[in-house]
Amino acid sequence: MPFGNTHNNFKLNYSVEDEFPDLTKHNNHMAKVLTQEMYAKLRDKQTPTGFTVDDVIQTGVDNPGHPFIMTVGCVAGDEESYEVFKDLLDPVISDRHGGYKATDKHKTDLNFENLKGGDDLDPNYVLSSRVRTGRSIKGYALPPHNSRGERRAVEKLSVEALNSLDGEFKGKYYPLKSMTDAEQEQLIADHFLFDKPVSPLLLGAGMARDWPDARGIWHNENKTFLVWVNEEDHLRVISMQKGGNMKEVFKRFCVGLQRIEEIFKKHNHGFMWNQHLGFILTCPSNLGTGLRGGVHVKLPKLSTHAKFEEILNRLRLQKRGTGGVDTASVGGVFDISNADRIGSSEVDQVQCVVDGVKLMVEMEKKLEKGESIDSMIPAQK
Amino acid sequence: MASSFARILSSKRKVGILSLVGAGSLTVGFFLNREQHVNAGAHVRRIYPASAEYPDLRKHNNCMASHLTPAVYAKLCDKTTPNGYTLDLAIQTGVDNPGHPFIKTVGMVAGDEESYEVFADIFNSVIKERHNGYDPCNMKHPTDLDSSKIRGGQFDAKYVLSSRVRTGRSIRGLSLPPACTRAERREVERVVIDALAGLKGDLAGKYYSLTLMNEQEQQQLIDDHFLFDKPVSPLLTCAGMARDWPDARGIWHNNEKTFLVWVNEEDHTRVISMEKGGNMKRVFERFCRGLQEVERLIQEKGWEFMWNERLGYILTCPSNLGTGLRAGVHVTLPRLSKDPRFPKILDNLRLQKRGTGGVDTAAVGNTFDISNLDRLGQSEVQLVQTVIDGLNYLIECEKKLERGQDIKIPAPISQFK
Repeated sequence: MPFGNTHNNFKLNYSVEDEFPDLTKHNNHMAKVLTQEMYAKLRDKQTPTGFTVDDVIQTGVDNPGHPFIMTVGCVAGDEESYEVFKDLLDPVISDRHGGYKATDKHKTDLNFENLKGGDDLDPNYVLSSRVRTGRSIKGYALPPHNSRGERRAVEKLSVEALNSLDGEFKGKYYPLKSMTDAEQEQLIADHFLFDKPVSPLLLGAGMARDWPDARGIWHNENKTFLVWVNEEDHLRVISMQKGGNMKEVFKRFCVGLQRIEEIFKKHNHGFMWNQHLGFILTCPSNLGTGLRGGVHVKLPKLSTHAKFEEILNRLRLQKRGTGGVDTASVGGVFDISNADRIGSSEVDQVQCVVDGVKLMVEMEKKLEKGESIDSMIPAQK
Repeated sequence: MASSFARILSSKRKVGILSLVGAGSLTVGFFLNREQHVNAGAHVRRIYPASAEYPDLRKHNNCMASHLTPAVYAKLCDKTTPNGYTLDLAIQTGVDNPGHPFIKTVGMVAGDEESYEVFADIFNSVIKERHNGYDPCNMKHPTDLDSSKIRGGQFDAKYVLSSRVRTGRSIRGLSLPPACTRAERREVERVVIDALAGLKGDLAGKYYSLTLMNEQEQQQLIDDHFLFDKPVSPLLTCAGMARDWPDARGIWHNNEKTFLVWVNEEDHTRVISMEKGGNMKRVFERFCRGLQEVERLIQEKGWEFMWNERLGYILTCPSNLGTGLRAGVHVTLPRLSKDPRFPKILDNLRLQKRGTGGVDTAAVGNTFDISNLDRLGQSEVQLVQTVIDGLNYLIECEKKLERGQDIKIPAPISQFK
């Protein structure tokens, strides 16, 4: 929770030993990186908005983690957090993103024309396609730290930007706190409605404060382009449709994002981005592209194959259940998406999904015919 | 209203504070400053006017929401206590928990002792509503822990299954659970368990740290119904009280399991005296003796409890100000509890009923938890006497109904004595 600067200065009256959190039973990236020496060095610093190292790590202190799942355990409160606390966040980013170095540069490519193929995934297997990312509005603190006034300003600006879209992007905003019952029912039926976070990972970072003030959902009339306002990030942008035409989904994604960005820039509040980290988001796991491009695909045989995990790994893909993160698969249908976020571009990552899913569907068909897929197993990407 | 908030610090306490200070004369000056008037601290960083920050409370039903007007918010929103606690922090739990149409929660907490001064404009209204008209501006709260004044208080075990008295105490000079740093919380633990280690005789006992207890100890504490868990209530988690769990939290109890202290749960300490059966007098006697011993022991080391004339004992939630005392019994009243006059009788006796699981639980069978309604404006002795007198009346009613006789609703007893 955001304390004022006075509170952090007050804390400095206590020794490092007395303030350093007990991380002996913790298993998250923050706990693996944060030493007492590092804490001593960072504890008297704060970003221009007053975010401190204790604010960064609180969620990781309160959520020791899971023996099998390595959570990140820290968040940013504003754009400058990644600079002021780089001693902590760079190693966390490196651990989370497969060795991404503090000196590495990230490539941004939202030119949909660079995607090859993606319009021919077999709809008998690929039930739906979706690409999502997040965007932060420059000049405003992030969800763990923003005040009500700031959050409302982000909403106001975002709604203004979104409502100026036209053509296939023409749409409407539904604020969480004033939507009617009928609107709510419809949004639930469309699987668009997001709820107040219940995950202690998010609650421990203060992201549910003042709920549902200044939160809402915007979507276009066709229900193929959706924006969440002030949930875990300032904006979450989603392009989706039934079937396997990832090319179309990605095109809409890129075009929509660029249109929105132009409008924000006109207001002198472009998106947070830099050459090293790409797009800046609340959680270090979403840096770079912040992109998760995925499909719901039927792979009942392949998913039970001994080499399934390894195939996914080599293709740089990950699987989830059809309920999203931390859910189980239903009826052999999996959510398959890119594993990487930083160090490769949007086009690269969606290309991975397109090529990888195409290959896996072919494998599934082979297995249906009782044939072996050993020769098809790909090399490590 | 006058807000001169002089706090007397013993000379030993000053030594204690200065020894905490690291390098730098700046911090020394900061601490010495706290001895004088409450410093409505440095200004909070604000980019938006109060009107843009004012919370949307239109759908809210809690005491904070009833009294926090835009004008009051604007007046207080850029003040801080000397430790840096702000109005936004104090009200966050009430903003995040709109409340229930039937149950009116308080909706705000204190981060430190000075919160009640710096944000008096809102706290006083909330206190007045929650404590049925007690006005901190012109009333004084009486403290009386002389258990020898209690008359009666030994109930028929046929009706009263168990007796219990609880309160809380805060250590002056350390921030409260919503705001405390890890170091402060650990300091509270050190100060309290140091004092508890000095208890002797029937009060001698042992501390079980939540971080260090082994499986057996944990199981025993569960079996004894002593173990407290990480708070799940959003009323508490939204106020930041579960931060760093389970660091510096623990349970102390005497060997006889009749005197129990929770460390760093919702308050610095929660102190509980209890036993099976109906000897409320003995429970209260032990309660007073234990509290006074602990106070003596912390004073030896230069510490003291947060207390003042206006508000009595200072605790995190305004609902627990004054005595912070809840004295109650588990009592079976099979006939009376079915009588439609039961709620009114309780009301007039200034008692409340809860289920046997505590607050917000349902009664099991015909057994109820009956305790005092009030916390502030009457002393500990007065409140416990109220419970004893009230229970005597309830048990009389039950007996009358057993004999086929009719009962009467008693006249309402006065609230502030």
